Amino acid sequence: MNAYTRHTWRWVLLLICVGLAFLGLLFRFVQLTVIDRGFLLKQGDARSQRIIERPAMRGMITDREHYPLAITTPVASIWVDPQEFVADEANLKTLSGLLGDSVPLLKARLKSNSGKEFVYLKRHISPRLSKKVMALHLAGVHTLREYRRYYPESDVTAQVIGFTNIDNQGQEGMELAYNQFLEGVPGKERVSKDGVGHVVALLGTVREAEPGKDLALSLDHRIQYLAYHDLVEGVAKADAVAGSVIVLDIKTGEVLAMANVPSYNPNQTVDPRSPTLRNRCVTDVFEPGSTTKAFSLANVLLQGKYTPNSLIDTNPGWLTLNGRVVRDHAGNEGVIDMTTVLVKSSNVGTAKFTLTTPPNSLWELLHKVGYGQLTGSGFPGESKGSLPLHKWSDFTLATLSFGYGLSATPLQVANAYATLARGGIKMPVSFVKLPNPPEGERVIDAKVAEEMKIMLEAVVDRAAVKAQVATYRVFGKTGTIRVLGPTGYDEKRHTSFFVGAAPASNPRLLVMVMLQEPHKGYYGAQVVAPIFSQIMEKALRTLDVPPDKLD
Amino acid sequence: MSYRHPPLHNVASSAPQNRSWLYAWHLDSNLMQALLFLMGFGLIILYSAGNESVHTVEGQCVRLGFAALVLIGVAQIPPNRLKSMAPGLFFMGLLLLMAVMATGHVGKGARRWLDFGVIRFQPSEIMKLALPMYLAALLHEKILPPPFKTIALCFVIILIPVGLTALQPDLGTALMLFLTGFCVIFLAGLPYRYLALFSALAAGAVPLLWHFMHAYQRQRVLTFLNPETDPLGHGYHIIQSKIAIGSGGLFGKGWLMGTQSHLNFLPEHATDFIFAVAGEELGLVGALVLLLMYVWVIWRGCRIAYTAQDTFSRLLAGSLTIAFFFNIFVNIGMVCGLLPVVGIPLPLVSYGGTSMVTLMAAFGVLMSIQTHRRLWSQ
Repeated sequence: MNAYTRHTWRWVLLLICVGLAFLGLLFRFVQLTVIDRGFLLKQGDARSQRIIERPAMRGMITDREHYPLAITTPVASIWVDPQEFVADEANLKTLSGLLGDSVPLLKARLKSNSGKEFVYLKRHISPRLSKKVMALHLAGVHTLREYRRYYPESDVTAQVIGFTNIDNQGQEGMELAYNQFLEGVPGKERVSKDGVGHVVALLGTVREAEPGKDLALSLDHRIQYLAYHDLVEGVAKADAVAGSVIVLDIKTGEVLAMANVPSYNPNQTVDPRSPTLRNRCVTDVFEPGSTTKAFSLANVLLQGKYTPNSLIDTNPGWLTLNGRVVRDHAGNEGVIDMTTVLVKSSNVGTAKFTLTTPPNSLWELLHKVGYGQLTGSGFPGESKGSLPLHKWSDFTLATLSFGYGLSATPLQVANAYATLARGGIKMPVSFVKLPNPPEGERVIDAKVAEEMKIMLEAVVDRAAVKAQVATYRVFGKTGTIRVLGPTGYDEKRHTSFFVGAAPASNPRLLVMVMLQEPHKGYYGAQVVAPIFSQIMEKALRTLDVPPDKLD
Repeated sequence: MSYRHPPLHNVASSAPQNRSWLYAWHLDSNLMQALLFLMGFGLIILYSAGNESVHTVEGQCVRLGFAALVLIGVAQIPPNRLKSMAPGLFFMGLLLLMAVMATGHVGKGARRWLDFGVIRFQPSEIMKLALPMYLAALLHEKILPPPFKTIALCFVIILIPVGLTALQPDLGTALMLFLTGFCVIFLAGLPYRYLALFSALAAGAVPLLWHFMHAYQRQRVLTFLNPETDPLGHGYHIIQSKIAIGSGGLFGKGWLMGTQSHLNFLPEHATDFIFAVAGEELGLVGALVLLLMYVWVIWRGCRIAYTAQDTFSRLLAGSLTIAFFFNIFVNIGMVCGLLPVVGIPLPLVSYGGTSMVTLMAAFGVLMSIQTHRRLWSQ
């Protein structure tokens, strides 16, 4: 063939098509880069920019002298995105070698979360170990800055301080009560992240993390420590199931020490169902028994008909009321004065005196000193006990007068006695260090309170001699109650306690000791009073309280 | 459809005194300049797209150097020799394609590769050159415009390699082969009525094609039609590249400053989606500069074809140039969401690929056609 067919029109058609195609591309560019630009720009930022939270450092909990009781240290956690992480043997083996968890364990952890995009592989490891893991540059493996809580006093302060969970949220005790105050406000940062979610650049701080504030408790770590250790010793000596101790500052209503035995180590993983977690001082209620007699007799004195020296006939050692018998446990005390009724802890005497008062007056007095109400401590899980108001029969009023038919926490009893020691002025209990003592409220006549203190001092001088403290005048009262079992009062199990204050001339400290089911010894005076005496003496000397019995 | 003599001034324009030393090496200086600019610009974009890896750029330079050697080698072969080689090359390509069907190496879910121990390559790449060469050689001997019998023969020749490639399955390359072959017939003077008939047939074939498509291929088409329905799966590529281009704006975020590519949101950003990197970092202006370089190459290719001195040269140069255009258009159209996702790299810019060698060989053919012309004596 010899024809040089150029088909010029075909070339033109072809070039028009090519031109149109390029025009189409051009049009599309303009559409994307000019018209849709704002939207696409936002979409791009939405992909690469994230606001992330930076946890704030939780505040410290200290005692009243700023001695640390709960502190926070930075740690790291390793998490993975199972969608990106290649869970082959080699990767798992290297991670297992560094983290210390077995390969099957890691596998199980990943498998049970295979549908998710966030799984903790190992929490709370040292920042140095975390750096080593991140140096492996495994896809989908990330690190997270976290904080961990340490409790230097461990079991000594366990129930009062409480603990936080692994996410640094208060779970018990003061950690829970002041969680918001302690936790601070997490910071916010704008970062750019790459396609696999790693933070590649910090673009700016949206909000600085606001560290939690430090909380100074009313506790005195020296008294706390000695009270706990004397209690541990006392519980062991008496072979008791459990024990509790409270030390209150009478001048301010602050808790200087509060401990429970058995205790636990909050630095280890805590079983949330364990009974040792309970702060028995504020959560457990019991019938206050003989300790109530001080208020029953104060109520008698308030009526103005009798004095501490008024005599009462307790013959023959029992009393029949509404067909039921009220009995003195020490047998027939004969004709005795009111002070001796308290010293001997005579049920018959207390009942006979109380039956001379208007029926509701005792209930009113008990209510005023705080029974059946919260102490104002704000402690999580605090019980308010119960103080039911009945149409009183002679028998029910009599049993109320020696402490049955109502229930109270050890802290309520301690605070009621602190009110007496303060000369009849009631104050709320505080676990937090107070700048000034709170305004009290008078609930008992000052003269009656003074007479009652003298009567209670006689109890220590004449009956509970083991509660005496060298060079200090002490007043206080024992109590022993039978434990309520499933079929009524259990004859063999008892709770013994002693509550008292010193120095009697100018009361400063109140100590309450309670032992649950002591197997050696029986009455409060025998098993609890020596513990009370030890703790009271050491606490008074620790605080340099001037002695008032230097004969 | 009339026969016309070539205008003489076209021949005179390439008079010997204007020819550079490159001409002696059978290289077209104009096309060479365009290609060099394109490669240089491509390397700059690749440095950023390859996460600033010098290693990547070095590897690309070695490939480009090898491809350039192939170009120079091919340019030395006169068109007549190319014409006589065409049938052999075509049937060898066909054999290799069949060998792939039987024993090929499976990569990324498709049987496309032949492994010769030292090198692996896709026989369909040979077909990209061999098919238009064979068709052009065939039509060179025939009366033009081609009668029905010739056209039918040509279509049989086209459909065999296209079918084999489509079965691999490699729909993108199959489509490219078909368009290249069709282009040869079109330039040879395919009558209008056939064009209309083929358009109608193509429209009718769409449902049939849909029926024979693989699930992943259907998914790509569906995703192309509405990427937002599957933003995390198949629509991911298109959405991310649209964001990259759009957020670049008129002047871009600056070289090495693209967030979509550097933070790994944009998939395949050094290979098939490299144009989005150019758009994000250099903006509309950068994209237009790249596009203009491509237009330069295509314009020069068309000119070489139009002024070619025989039917074989003209048909071959024309179809290779148009194939190059399709490459660009399909890739960029895909990246900016105009066309469905087809795995075709951006010529001379995307990282790696044996297709670069084929492409440079095609430019070698163009240069050979341009530089082996004799002064026309009337």
